[in-house]
Amino acid sequence: MQAIQLQWIDYTILVAYVAFVIGIGWTLARYMKTSSDFLTSARSIPTWVTGLAFISANLGALELVGMAASGAKYGISTAHFYWVGAIPAMIFLAVFMMPFYYGSKARSVPEYLKMRFDERVRALNSVAFAVMTIFASGISMNALAKLLHSLLGWDYNVALWVSSGVVLLYVLKGGLTSAIYTEVLQFFMIVLGFAPVVYLGLKDVGGWHAMNTSLQTVATNPAALYLKDPGTTFAPNAWTSAWQPLVAGPAHNPMGVDIFAMVFGLGFVLSFGYWCTNFLVVQRAMAAKNMTAARNTPLVAAVPKMFFPFLVIVPGMIAAALCTIPDKGYRIPPPPLSEAIYTKAINAVKAANPADAPAAVKSVGDALGKKIDGDKIASLVAANAASKLSDDQIKLGIYNSIAENDYDGVILSLVKKYCPPGLLGLALTALLASFMSGMAGNVTAFNTVFTYDLYQAYFAPGKTDRHYFLTGKVITVVGILLSIGAAYFASMYNNCMDIIQLVFGFVNAPLFATFLLGMFWARTTGTAAFIGLFGGIGSSALFHALTIAQGNTPGIKGGYLHVVQVFPSEMAQNFWLAAFAFIACFTLTLVISLATSRTKSDTDLKGLVYSLTPKIVDHNIPIYQKPAVVGIVLLIVCIILNFIFW
Amino acid sequence: MGLDIRWPIGLMFTLIGALLTAFGAVKKSDSMALDININLVWGVILLVFGVLMLLGAISGKKNPPSA
Repeated sequence: MQAIQLQWIDYTILVAYVAFVIGIGWTLARYMKTSSDFLTSARSIPTWVTGLAFISANLGALELVGMAASGAKYGISTAHFYWVGAIPAMIFLAVFMMPFYYGSKARSVPEYLKMRFDERVRALNSVAFAVMTIFASGISMNALAKLLHSLLGWDYNVALWVSSGVVLLYVLKGGLTSAIYTEVLQFFMIVLGFAPVVYLGLKDVGGWHAMNTSLQTVATNPAALYLKDPGTTFAPNAWTSAWQPLVAGPAHNPMGVDIFAMVFGLGFVLSFGYWCTNFLVVQRAMAAKNMTAARNTPLVAAVPKMFFPFLVIVPGMIAAALCTIPDKGYRIPPPPLSEAIYTKAINAVKAANPADAPAAVKSVGDALGKKIDGDKIASLVAANAASKLSDDQIKLGIYNSIAENDYDGVILSLVKKYCPPGLLGLALTALLASFMSGMAGNVTAFNTVFTYDLYQAYFAPGKTDRHYFLTGKVITVVGILLSIGAAYFASMYNNCMDIIQLVFGFVNAPLFATFLLGMFWARTTGTAAFIGLFGGIGSSALFHALTIAQGNTPGIKGGYLHVVQVFPSEMAQNFWLAAFAFIACFTLTLVISLATSRTKSDTDLKGLVYSLTPKIVDHNIPIYQKPAVVGIVLLIVCIILNFIFW
Repeated sequence: MGLDIRWPIGLMFTLIGALLTAFGAVKKSDSMALDININLVWGVILLVFGVLMLLGAISGKKNPPSA
């Protein structure tokens, strides 16, 4: 892929955006007087602002890039991450869990765990969380810097340090408030920056119905797009129906997932685990100005979230559909290769003997080092022998014959295809905004947990607020530097990153069981929660060691002890792992709770456990602000969406 | 907290919208995508969005919202 040349208008838009986010930080700096202002926004922000920040913090660049990738790979089923996953979990958080987070006056999720259980559970959760946020932000920064490098030709180091520097500037000045406010700005930037790309893509492919018709062709022969191995075929609606292919079984949907894994593994365990217990998102709701605002935060967030598939998944579907229309001259981008490799392959095409097709294909394949489409290379060699093609023509032919896809390049290939100067600057700014909102979200969650749950709790208790305020600021700088370090680590040791992400998966999978039992069963004890969590983590690791996905070799992808079960896809393996870990943690916590004696009395647990907390009476607020009512309405809309794409 | 976020959002999109609109109007040939002057069209949309945000911020200043 050739680097895009940006024009002055694109840079102007980019600079205007950066100036505004830094300006917000600067304006807010004078309100930052205490550690609570800096780290928790002193609970003062209106609902619509915390609501939009709630989704924006989660909407990192990896999500934008990854959802479009999955849209091309799996079609509309990707929307399950929203319509089965996120939305019900967000409603549950708002209606049932927020009263405890907000009502307990805890400043973080680990602090809630300390109040509900004991120090051990808090320590386990806060350490895991702190490490995870740093790596998450490092991985996403590495991805962005690489992208800016390959797309715009910017230097990797400059891209990494400059964009992190901007985040540091505004978070250091205005703390969590600044992160939340800029997240709202970023939310609009992302939506308004990518919407025209979706619009143009849909128009180009001939509209929604034409896209669906083209996707039927994709479903019946996905190998033509190198989406699946040759010979694989699905029902025509495999890319355009969310549920029917799933109900038909793992062999009938491109994700290779069964309905139990989808609904229980993803919909219940993973999504509830993420949206209801991850401090990164929960922190936004905890910054709201009162209980009603806090409970409504995830609900406000759920409204745009529900329609996000049209912004982030549909581009991937457009890309897959475009590939089936020959005169559009589009393909899902192959893995990026250097000019030198292309030159080698071009020479191999020129040198090849058209009479000996297999040898020709082999020599070009060797030059590229990628899987190639033999028929296309053979006809390219023949065409070149018949009438000398130009180097550019041969290069294009080679580009189109690479039988591998770089799905992460989908969204940018569309931006590149449709955006003239101006709009291009807007879309790239939107991408940068998504990256910054993700990073700022991680850093502000990290500094709060580190300052309150680790530093104040274990290293320096009982200091003045001024002390913790300054600590919070220092930790912000440290957090960003650590993230940059993690980004370099990710760029150097890709395999290590895979292992780290795998371990996070193990740590996160059982978490929701602990919260569920802790919040809704007063009998749950601290010892049980602690051992249950460890047991859950251990059982995920064990599950992983004993299972594997089809086509993978035992090792980092699982099955290294012994293969007991083979899953049709990695996704199915992950969902089942989560389900298994949840059940293990739940059972262990339950049994050990019954076997150990309670250390906290009913009075201690007031405000922390459902049955011991007076129900919130919503008499004085209008009906459209009552979380239960809004939650039910949203759930109905979500069910309707599921039906439309049945 | 001290700052109504609608001000910076409104100002930024008004600015970017105006810029895109002007660019689309002047450099027509550089702004086309699928036979639409997309910079002009999208610039106007951003401009309208920005102005609406600014109007919201102005009216919010007169009567601060309670929720």
